Amino acid sequence: MASQEMEQLVQREYKQGFVTDIESDTIPPGLDESVIRFISAKKGEPEWMLEWRLDAYQQWLKMKAPSWAHLNYPDIDYQAISYFSAPKRPEDRPQSLDEVDPKLLETYEKLGIPLHERAALAGVAVDAVFDSVSVTTTFKKELSEAGVIFCSISDAIKDYPDLIKQYLGSVVPKADNYFTALNAAVFTDGSFVFVPEGVTCPMELSTYFRINAANTGQFERTLIICEKQAQVSYLEGCTAPQRDENQLHAAVVELVALEDAYIKYSTVQNWYPGDEDGKGGIYNFVTKRADCRGDRSKVSWTQVETGSAITWKYPSCILRGKDSVGEFYSVAVTNGRQQADTGTKMIHIGEGTKSTIVSKGISAGNSEQSYRGLVKIGPRAKGARNFTQCDSLLIGDRCGAHTFPYQEIGNATATVEHEATTSKIGEDQLFYCRQRGISEEDAVNMIVNGFCKDVFQELPMEFAVEAEALLNVTLEGAVG
Amino acid sequence: MTALATAPVPGSEAFTSEFAARKPRFSADPSWMAARRQAGIARFEALGLPTRKVEAWKYTDTQSLGRQAYQLADDATLSSAVMDELALAIDAYRLVFVDGLYNAELSDVAGLPDTVRVVPLSHAILHQPEVVGGSLNRLTGIDFTPFVALNSAFTEEGAVIQVGPRTVLDKPVYALFISRAAVDGQPVTMSHPRLLMQLGSRAEASVIEHHIGETGATNFTNLVAEVMLERGAVLNHYKLGEAATGETHIASVQVEQPRDSQYRSVNLNTGGGLVRNDIVCDLNGNNAHARLDGLFFGRDRQHVDTHTLVNHNEALTFSDENYKGILADRARGVFNGRVLVKRDSQKIEAHQNNANLLLSDRAEINTKPELEIYADDVKCSHGTTTGQLDEGAVFALRARGIDEQTARGLLTLAFANEVMTGLGIDAIAERIERSVAGRLPSRFHLDELVDLSVELAGGTVAVARDEDFA
Repeated sequence: MASQEMEQLVQREYKQGFVTDIESDTIPPGLDESVIRFISAKKGEPEWMLEWRLDAYQQWLKMKAPSWAHLNYPDIDYQAISYFSAPKRPEDRPQSLDEVDPKLLETYEKLGIPLHERAALAGVAVDAVFDSVSVTTTFKKELSEAGVIFCSISDAIKDYPDLIKQYLGSVVPKADNYFTALNAAVFTDGSFVFVPEGVTCPMELSTYFRINAANTGQFERTLIICEKQAQVSYLEGCTAPQRDENQLHAAVVELVALEDAYIKYSTVQNWYPGDEDGKGGIYNFVTKRADCRGDRSKVSWTQVETGSAITWKYPSCILRGKDSVGEFYSVAVTNGRQQADTGTKMIHIGEGTKSTIVSKGISAGNSEQSYRGLVKIGPRAKGARNFTQCDSLLIGDRCGAHTFPYQEIGNATATVEHEATTSKIGEDQLFYCRQRGISEEDAVNMIVNGFCKDVFQELPMEFAVEAEALLNVTLEGAVG
Repeated sequence: MTALATAPVPGSEAFTSEFAARKPRFSADPSWMAARRQAGIARFEALGLPTRKVEAWKYTDTQSLGRQAYQLADDATLSSAVMDELALAIDAYRLVFVDGLYNAELSDVAGLPDTVRVVPLSHAILHQPEVVGGSLNRLTGIDFTPFVALNSAFTEEGAVIQVGPRTVLDKPVYALFISRAAVDGQPVTMSHPRLLMQLGSRAEASVIEHHIGETGATNFTNLVAEVMLERGAVLNHYKLGEAATGETHIASVQVEQPRDSQYRSVNLNTGGGLVRNDIVCDLNGNNAHARLDGLFFGRDRQHVDTHTLVNHNEALTFSDENYKGILADRARGVFNGRVLVKRDSQKIEAHQNNANLLLSDRAEINTKPELEIYADDVKCSHGTTTGQLDEGAVFALRARGIDEQTARGLLTLAFANEVMTGLGIDAIAERIERSVAGRLPSRFHLDELVDLSVELAGGTVAVARDEDFA
């Protein structure tokens, strides 16, 4: 019996074979080694990269999807997802912004930040990811003059194999968890940033991600390396048009900060949250981790999360270097049937390390939101310091807000503080605003924006404006 | 989530073999008791000892409990001199248990009002089954945790405290559990005491639960307490954990609170090698109020774990929690405070605070205050801090001519005293103050200071009564 099954299995493998059709642009849904070989070949990757992916895939097969999060969603059928899709017309890939698909520009328009205006006026280099392949990369020249490498991860694998070999997977090992293993096996694109010693990146780097083709999961992999005394600010923003089927997104972001380096990573996430019944939204399982390897290095995560049906995301800092600093500022807004389980981990290893966590959660409608955080102070982290504040605001009586802060402190010189509050918008505050002629909706927006001020202050200016607008849009109809 | 295993889980044999060997001992059981005992052991066999993969036991390893042999005590002899030395000097209705067995000679419940019943559980099971048959296991019989299951299997002794409606008990009830020093070569003595506390409507009582071990005791104590309050009842439940450092103490407390009831738990722990306390309060009616205070002080290799859960099942319910931890040497503290507000339980106020003081670099604290909220009109907060003594305060004392060691000792004591303020019973406050001072390194030389303060003020620590609670 068993041998029969085995034989069938072997035959099945053989039938599909390891033949790679690099002419095709999309592959049918499903995941096996041939798909990984296809992706790797399509990207023109060297052999070692393919091995790396296959190894991750083998480990993924042995793993189980995590179930500890406070989330409720149907099992994901990984065989029903197509793991690669290139833009519709790869041969006439736009060479400049004018040639960019107007539909794409329109989406950007809806976000309130016209790409061309932004690129020209704000001096922001944009490496826009349209589906899975980079569409435009601008300001490359100015960056290269400064010595900064900013390109897609696929290009980096080809052009800078030494850097990739040294750093890829060094912060988030490929089999760190279920989703990172999946990502390592099938990632199709992402960004690579390398800032050499002593360089302050002359502009803010930005990537817009967008998921388009139905039924396509998107798996980015971002790697940012800041050498000694280098600095960079990276912006990530996301939007997705309405789709009926759940789309899976499992990204990995790795940051490496060497001595005195400073990385600021800001995210505005506004993916499709699903319709009123929670149908069709994006599933967002992201692993973001920063390694403060050098002394006095600093990493700052800022995120505004308003979209996705499911959010599973814990940007973390490993504070290894002496006196290194980790920061986490987050605003998460959930409405409708959205569910978010998000937070951060601060692992204090080095002496004198400091971390700050400010998390603001707003849940409305029928949504569920959890803050889950870990502050771990190792025995050698003398004089480590952490301050955590997580506040939740509840709008409506059908939503939920939860906090699960873990603290593991193994050092008497550490000082760790945590405070959390949960409440609704004060009737007196509302009354005060309304009494001055402000409509209820405007008043709520005002109060909510005030509630989030601590975090918005940390965002780059143009992002902060967008974030406020986004917040108001997300909470539309939540009060009434 | 607890999975139901089919094969016996490793680690449970140590207990199941003793259960099988002691069958004759339980032969006098009424049939309802035997059935519960059987259900308990079956459940425990299926669950086994919790592993660290279970979230609630993430920081506490109990697997070692399965690696030693156990025996139940056969007698409860103890000289009254030993008891006097260990017991609190307090005027109270006293029940004394030695190694889990009731000692009638040392107990004294004379003068109880007619509406109050304070009896050992074994007596109630045999002679008054109508009194305990319905309520025993009512709160803990549904959601068996491994240790509650184990207790159900071995239940034989404990205290039944029943206070009739509108009765205000004049003196506290004092349940004293003494562990005798271990005899070399003998298996570890285990006991599974039960506490059943039932207060009628608008009744008021204070219960002191005191666990203390003779030096050299290695007992395994697995206690289950069920607290059932009726409308408007007020219970102050004090627990003093002074087990010997070789002892393992595990306790599960389940509290049911209807409308207008008040439950106050004061959980003070300075002893034990491995200590775990689970306190669950169900607030089931408007204006029910739970107040959980605690202090744990660990040193050497002590491991003290406290899990509390407050379920706000109804609107207009209130909870306050304040736990303090002091950890020295290689001690490890675990605190998990969870507040759960059910859907539509509006107008809730729940506040929680956990402050920890680490006195040594090898001490460790794992704390997790959780809020799980499904209603919007609530005021909930939690805060936790971990740190060391404020150097500014140390300096302030030194500037006044107090040497550094004493200054540090005084500040540590002050940190602990915050929980003791408003404790209500001076004898307990004094005992804990002495215990904390005595357990601090002797170079802090605080003993005389405590003596002095007790002498001068007749116990300075318990200045405030619990007026803020009423």
